[in-house]
Amino acid sequence: MLIRFITLVFLLLSIATSSFAQSDPKALIDQLGKADFKQAEELIGQIAATGDPRVVPALNAFGEGDLYARKSDGAVFITKAAGANFALIDPLTGESAGEAPKAAMVKLKINNNLRRVIRSAMGGLTLLSPDRTVRLQAADAVLRSPSAENLELVEAALAKETDREVKARMEEARAASILISNRSVEEKRAAIETVASLGGRGAISILMSASSSLDAALKPDVDAAIAKIETTQAFWDMGQNVWYGISLGSVLLLAAIGLAITFGVMGIINMAHGEMVMLGAYSTFVVQEAIRTSAPHLFDWSLAIALPVAFLVTAAAGLIIERGVIRFLYGRPLETLLATWGVSLILQQLVRSIFGPTNQEVGNPSWMSGAFQLGQMQITWNRLWIVAFSLTIFLGLLLLMKRSAFGLQMRAVTQNRRMASSMGIRTPWVDAFTFALGSGIAGIAGVALSQIDNVSPNLGQSYIIDSFMVVVFGGVGNLWGTLVGALSLGVLNKFLEPSVGAVLGKILVLVLIILFIQKRPRGLFALKGRAIEA
Amino acid sequence: MITSFILRALEGRIVAAIAILLAVAVLVPASNLLTPPDSALHIPTYAMSLMGKYLCYALLALALDLVWGYCGILSLGHGAFFALGGYAMGMYLMRQIGSRGVYGDPVLPDFMVFLNWKELPWFWHGMDMFWFAMLMVLVVPGLLAFIFGWFAFRSRVNGVYLSIITQAMTYALMLAFFRNDMGFGGNNGLTDYKDILGFSVQADGTRAVLFALSAILLSLCLLLASAITRSKFGKVLVGVRDAESRVRFLGFRVENIKLFTFVVSAMMAGIAGALFVPQVGIINPGEFAPANSIEVVVWTAVGGRGTLIGPIIGAVLVNGGKSFFTGAFPEFWLYALGALFICVTLFMPKGIVGTVQGMLANRRAAQAAAKAEAGQNDDRATPQIQAAE
Repeated sequence: MLIRFITLVFLLLSIATSSFAQSDPKALIDQLGKADFKQAEELIGQIAATGDPRVVPALNAFGEGDLYARKSDGAVFITKAAGANFALIDPLTGESAGEAPKAAMVKLKINNNLRRVIRSAMGGLTLLSPDRTVRLQAADAVLRSPSAENLELVEAALAKETDREVKARMEEARAASILISNRSVEEKRAAIETVASLGGRGAISILMSASSSLDAALKPDVDAAIAKIETTQAFWDMGQNVWYGISLGSVLLLAAIGLAITFGVMGIINMAHGEMVMLGAYSTFVVQEAIRTSAPHLFDWSLAIALPVAFLVTAAAGLIIERGVIRFLYGRPLETLLATWGVSLILQQLVRSIFGPTNQEVGNPSWMSGAFQLGQMQITWNRLWIVAFSLTIFLGLLLLMKRSAFGLQMRAVTQNRRMASSMGIRTPWVDAFTFALGSGIAGIAGVALSQIDNVSPNLGQSYIIDSFMVVVFGGVGNLWGTLVGALSLGVLNKFLEPSVGAVLGKILVLVLIILFIQKRPRGLFALKGRAIEA
Repeated sequence: MITSFILRALEGRIVAAIAILLAVAVLVPASNLLTPPDSALHIPTYAMSLMGKYLCYALLALALDLVWGYCGILSLGHGAFFALGGYAMGMYLMRQIGSRGVYGDPVLPDFMVFLNWKELPWFWHGMDMFWFAMLMVLVVPGLLAFIFGWFAFRSRVNGVYLSIITQAMTYALMLAFFRNDMGFGGNNGLTDYKDILGFSVQADGTRAVLFALSAILLSLCLLLASAITRSKFGKVLVGVRDAESRVRFLGFRVENIKLFTFVVSAMMAGIAGALFVPQVGIINPGEFAPANSIEVVVWTAVGGRGTLIGPIIGAVLVNGGKSFFTGAFPEFWLYALGALFICVTLFMPKGIVGTVQGMLANRRAAQAAAKAEAGQNDDRATPQIQAAE
């Protein structure tokens, strides 16, 4: 115990003497009060060079413009407004040093150049922090604004560093600093490689800014490194676009897949399809409200609970619509279009009357928020879930259609109604349940879309045209066509967007679809048949 | 030949409808301008403009009836032709503002000054001349219809698919016109008009003339539509509607027949839009909204498709109802409209005029049958029964 105590005292003494030996940080800080911008820059360098972590708050305050000098003796303090006075805080110890009237203090001037210098100095200082995250942030700060002065600090920190991730980041910071220091050409060449392996736009800007001060001998290395980074960057950009496209495509797929059944399989032009999606989204809202008030701990499960609820609600709505309206209109597709449009108006107004015209707040469960990094790509969890979810629904539906008894009856009725009826299939029953299934799927889609879109009475309207486009483009009566159609339209949209803008991209896609339908009036994957119409 | 073409159009119902329209064209402006404001017969200017708006809608519905009722093409994009005609008129009216705009630029409309544009875009040139603008009212919708129809009918896109791509067309146009870069005023559209042919658009006299013009042009288009449908060409048209393949196999060029009708109809819609804009005072991209075009379909369906007069009655009735409902019970308008869509398709597929016609024909047939029963064997009874069926 005693020995430990003595060692501690010894240690403290040695730190104190060593810092005094270099220079007194307190004196340096006080000098800031009289310095102009150029001198201040040098002083900051000297303060940082003390390596004393106690100066961090003072530099921080300087950057924030909270550092003031007392007019009477020139002593510098960190200040906080306290009524008409300033509360003074000692810049090194952080202890209170009484109050002073505002008029008795003068603010230390700061400009953007000084802020940058302070940032890099701070980066160097906090590199030695015992906290891992602070060190990582410090290394990042040095990497973003590297400076030759920090180089030795970085190297010192690197020597002590044990954490792998922090160490790698520090290596990169060191390389970035070497590029603008006066180290040897070989060291710089190695540094260029390190920075290049970092990749991304940040690396390009580091190399670009350093290239002006580099030796002519290193120019080819820099150019090659930049070219290499740009190639990989282009690759990742493409990947990101494809991902955005898939993500948009999965939204389209979700919106269209119910329609692929009601319109594609049954041939009903269901203009109320978008409203089924909306009803699904509102079911989610109602379920979440119920959970918020009665069982908040279940909130993360709210979507799982909302799925069956939304399915049942919208399937029931679909059943009522089919029995009440559509069954009288089979064989008259254009009339069906008008009647279902009427249904959609009524449903919209109904929702508006009950819930009001404004957007409703639907929360994201914790497992759907946030994002992660894949290489240079940013992927948000909710998009990933929606892609997975839409594919799951698609596969489930495909299984139901191809492998179940109900699916068999459904296909039989749509292919040859009279024959199916003769075989003892109750065709009206199959019609009703097929329509209910399509509506129910639209409702499930609504649950997912409530996570990324505004839940308002107009939600369905924004999807209806897109969904019809997807189904028609993909080919009516073919689920695979809907999948391919949705994904390719999504990707096409996202690839057009960067060059022509979002709205024009959408217009172009619409025009392309219109032209495509001229070429193949039955869509991408047309059902083959010998029947001639009318 | 042309006289006989026109004369054939003059069937009883059409004559009556044109007479009523011409009477309205004279009486309503007269009542507005000649009677004192406190008179019981006085029609205030706002009401006249409202009725003028209905007449424009009626013309739009008539145009749709020509393609839907007679040719079987359900266009869900007729609002686009209407809006294009309206924009052509709006551009003329914008150019007439001259230096009286907020920014006082003698050539550029206010929104272009606001967007820091230095020159008039090429498609705005010539729009300061009335005759050229009126030509554009016909040419732009007609050309769009021609290009669209050329591709669509040639590749035999029909039925529901055609409806869906016409809807996509108007949707794409709506998105395009919402963009500021298009040079049509973006979101706000074109508004704040001052003069038309030197007369103030706000003046009662100008409003009265515009109203009368709407009624007269509506009757002219009704005459034209009637002449088309009652000609030999019109018979083929109905054939295309009812049995397209059979008409094709008989040797008719179905795509040309459809294309002609579609273009004529689009031009009529353009005229309707051009008359609409000065009476309402604004045109904006909202007119391209797919929902608007679908509403036109319900006017036509309510009045009775394939009757020419029905759409006019339907447009006036539904829009009158809309004005009443949105004033008295705004909550209920969409319920009423939705119910109208459903009820008309379920219970009255022929619309008001079609249903009434059917009832009259039934009664006549019953009377003829009664006569025949009574032993007065009249030769004329047989064709009448056939007509009723």
